Amino acid sequence: MALTLFRGIQTRPLLPYSSAFSARKHVIFCSMQSTQAETSMKTKQQAPSNFTETARAKAVEKVLKDYEAIIGIETHVQLSTTTKAFCSCAYKYGSQPNSCVCPVCMGLPGALPVLNSKVIKCAVMLGLALNCKLSMTSKFDRKQYFYPDLPKGYQISQFDIPIATNGFIDVDLPLEFGGGHRRFGITRVHMEEDAGKLLHTGNGSYSQVDLNRAGVPLLEIVSEPDMRTGIEAAEYAAELQRVVRYLGVSNGNMQEGSLRCDVNVSIRPIGQEQFGTKVEIKNLNSFSAMSRAIDFEIARQAELYNQGKDDEVVQETRLWEEGSQKTVTMRKKEGLADYRYFPEPDLPEVILTEEYVNDIRDSLPELPEMKRRRYEEMGLTMQDVLFLANDVQVAEFFDATIAKVSDIKLAANWIMGDIAAYMKNEKLSINEIKLSPEELSELIASIKSGTISGKIGKEILLELMKKGGTVKGLIEEKDLVQIVDPAEIEKIIDKVIANNPKQLEQYRGGKTKLQGFFAGQVMKESKGKANPGLVNKILLEKLNA
Amino acid sequence: MLSSVQNPRILLLHCRRSKPLHHHYHHHHYAKSIHATPLARPISASLPTSQIQTIQKSILSREKTTRQFAEEFLNRLRLTEPHVKSFLHVSETVLNEADEIDRKINRNEDVGLLAGVLVAVKDNICTADMPSTAGSKILENYRPAFDATAVKKLKESGAIIVGKTNLDEFGMGSTTEGSAYQVTANPWNLECVPGGSSGGSAAAVSARQCVVSLGSDTGGSVRQPASFCGVVGLKPTYGRVSRYGLVAYASSLDVIGCFGSSVADAGLLLQSICGHDKLDATSSKREVNDFTSQFISKDYFESQPLKGLRVGVISETLGDGVDQEVVSSIRGAISHLEELGCSVTEVSLPSFSLGLPAYYVLASSESSSNLSRYDGVRYGNQIVSDELSSLYGGSRANGFGPEVKRRILMGTYAHSAGYYDAYYKRAQQVRTVVQKSFKAALDSHDILISPAAPSAAYKIGEKKNDPLAMYAGDIMTVNVNLAGLPALVLPCGFVKDGTASLPVGFQMIGAAFDEEKLLRVGHIFEQTLQGYSFIPPLIADEFKS
Repeated sequence: MALTLFRGIQTRPLLPYSSAFSARKHVIFCSMQSTQAETSMKTKQQAPSNFTETARAKAVEKVLKDYEAIIGIETHVQLSTTTKAFCSCAYKYGSQPNSCVCPVCMGLPGALPVLNSKVIKCAVMLGLALNCKLSMTSKFDRKQYFYPDLPKGYQISQFDIPIATNGFIDVDLPLEFGGGHRRFGITRVHMEEDAGKLLHTGNGSYSQVDLNRAGVPLLEIVSEPDMRTGIEAAEYAAELQRVVRYLGVSNGNMQEGSLRCDVNVSIRPIGQEQFGTKVEIKNLNSFSAMSRAIDFEIARQAELYNQGKDDEVVQETRLWEEGSQKTVTMRKKEGLADYRYFPEPDLPEVILTEEYVNDIRDSLPELPEMKRRRYEEMGLTMQDVLFLANDVQVAEFFDATIAKVSDIKLAANWIMGDIAAYMKNEKLSINEIKLSPEELSELIASIKSGTISGKIGKEILLELMKKGGTVKGLIEEKDLVQIVDPAEIEKIIDKVIANNPKQLEQYRGGKTKLQGFFAGQVMKESKGKANPGLVNKILLEKLNA
Repeated sequence: MLSSVQNPRILLLHCRRSKPLHHHYHHHHYAKSIHATPLARPISASLPTSQIQTIQKSILSREKTTRQFAEEFLNRLRLTEPHVKSFLHVSETVLNEADEIDRKINRNEDVGLLAGVLVAVKDNICTADMPSTAGSKILENYRPAFDATAVKKLKESGAIIVGKTNLDEFGMGSTTEGSAYQVTANPWNLECVPGGSSGGSAAAVSARQCVVSLGSDTGGSVRQPASFCGVVGLKPTYGRVSRYGLVAYASSLDVIGCFGSSVADAGLLLQSICGHDKLDATSSKREVNDFTSQFISKDYFESQPLKGLRVGVISETLGDGVDQEVVSSIRGAISHLEELGCSVTEVSLPSFSLGLPAYYVLASSESSSNLSRYDGVRYGNQIVSDELSSLYGGSRANGFGPEVKRRILMGTYAHSAGYYDAYYKRAQQVRTVVQKSFKAALDSHDILISPAAPSAAYKIGEKKNDPLAMYAGDIMTVNVNLAGLPALVLPCGFVKDGTASLPVGFQMIGAAFDEEKLLRVGHIFEQTLQGYSFIPPLIADEFKS
């Protein structure tokens, strides 16, 4: 799937209750989005209505001076291993239903799970990337419940000894939201298997079970309740997405369900230590939805508390409805579910050795936070840093480009300007365009050395992105080398002056603005190759002679 | 260790064509024995002979065809099955498969270790070309998509699967009365139970309806019916045989076991099915020894062939609650072992009585989880319902029998929140204690001895409505499963049953993965036990010489 590389530059839609966040009106929501996400976001912008906004604005604003929101996130990341967690089935998103199945993932009698060692590797990688403490000995447990998409009647998961615990993740908030650095705690990371999917028929008379997804490996990441706003929560999730993509453990695609976030939100009066009643929100299909849903939920809860309806804030699961931009009750919690966890007897304990962990630690790539700090030290602005480090492919492209070019800022500008615009228009990722980082360095060098003009440079760039090839080859092929020989430029100028006696007369009669006309004619005559500085210098001399 | 085995060793496997002899320096002895002893009759009324070896010799020397052997067994099966009812399904392709082996022999092709051997398979072990119901209505007409690894290995060894044998539903029971389909009778007395849960497999070997059979042993389900039916039953070390394709009852205790009419046959059967399987993460990677090549022919026994062997009699197993005639038989076996040169002492396992309750907590807990998959959604009988929970409830209420429901309920209770520590966790602690006490006893003894069951076979219906009495009958065997150790049950005597008699077996328990020693001792015991014939009266006429 073609991913755009932008930090999805989208105007953030107004929330029904969003006046409280008036400082954030018309701000830019930054996150990595797939093209599909962007389309859906565009439609979303029209969705919210703000007719209640003015009426509630002041009340909500007041409410949020008194309350603090507590937000924790549970994220499920689907690992992009070749085969499933406990069998040798390959899983491909969008395959024909029940075509990626075998006796093991269908839970047939007598079938047994065997752990795919890649799952452990991914878990250790993510655990290390999230600064966690690893459990050198952990185990799998069975989480038991009945549902038709759960073929064995239990999910193989990890209960009391997760593979990684007590970590943190560093986030740089986008400048549009005031910027700033945040560190959010990670409670635990554990391995488990995904369930299948139920497909409900239109008239609801029956449902079908697709077990393709059953047994696909997941990592569940549970955060500490450290987030306070929708934006912080969305940026936490976006950073997690960046981390799994940098590590290559998952494609992190929210639309395909490769990255799924369930959010817990509660609010409490500022200064109070005890947490309020928490509400879980599901069906968050983009970071933007996450941010909006949380802000909606904070406002909803605050309003209830303010109206003295404390008992209406209940522990429940609510669904984010994109159409109405609201959360609605999905199910109330009927007591604490008893999953009757017990150790999975079909799988041996997972034992890590120091050597294994060290090998993985040594082979970890540079992570987003490290990249951002490095770019910052290189002197790039935070705006540039956030843009470049957002997408691992862009960051790698940028790193490869600056390996050969001394002007880092120039390289950043080319990538964030013309290249980004092209990719956005063509809906291509940076790896899909034909331009290589080496040629971009060459292009920048050619402009700096004066071999070609900046204008020609832009033309060549377009050609390189579309069709590929080399800068040198294109310059030669199209005879684009800049004319820097004053004698040659003089000849062209002489010719232009001779061809335009009338304009010359007007110029010399005081209409000096016509210098621009002459310069344009000279550039046209030289097919854009004449060095603009030399042209202007010689032209002035000639005109004023 | 058996230091006395220094006489010429006769390789029982000398006819195996696919493998060269392991000890070629013994070659002339082996050659001599072939000429010195005339080929044994397939079934001898005197000392037990390896039928597998006999068949192999006969078909390879072309003295008899595989078809002749197959017809002999099938005829007996046809005659006895209406009385014994050991089979839930009998293969229709036995003779065709026998012919195919004969053709291979005629073409001088390799035919495998178990060529032409009719093997019956307990119906909780998956077979791709036959139904596999686990004795349950919920799997009525269920045909697996794959062969269990043990079955696959049998087929690769040239064995002919003669059919699927009756059992207590999902292996839960000690009488085979718990089958949803039929009640199997004990060939020694058709009014008695064959034991269970592998009652069908034990009865089939006892009535010589097949050469050998596979059972499964979670708490004694191979050993107790072996004792009741007067055959050899071998429960291998946990992990020795792959569980892949064994319909799970209690995963941490389940093991596929072997029945034969001689120790050699049980050993040869184990040889062909054991070893690591990458489809079962709990199967052991330990090297597999040749279990029977060290067997010596009785012609070469010294006067005290087991001199120096340290035998411990578990004192807790010969006390109150054990049938006095059973105790006498065991005492008889002990005297025989002493005559063979063993030094026999009593050894106390104080934790012995704790094993039974711990076993029932653990096995029930695991079974309640393992049986969750039988929900009627993907396979098995499904009731018509327009509501999910009644679809589950109804399908399971209809599909499971009373004993299975009882264990699911007990197990669910035992690992529910609030009870987990008192039951499941406590039972795991007992399990550790049991393992330690066995370890200590086996450090000072080569093998441990006990009865296989506190009584001989009892009447059909006698304990049907008294589950606790039935559970109590497992006292001799469950500890071995908790410790994961190998054990061999051998017929050693009889108890009076009116005018007739019923066989009694004794149990030898060895150190983990030391099946070789158990088989060696068992073989010598069996070959020197004079004055007993373990051929049931039902078919005795046929074997009168």
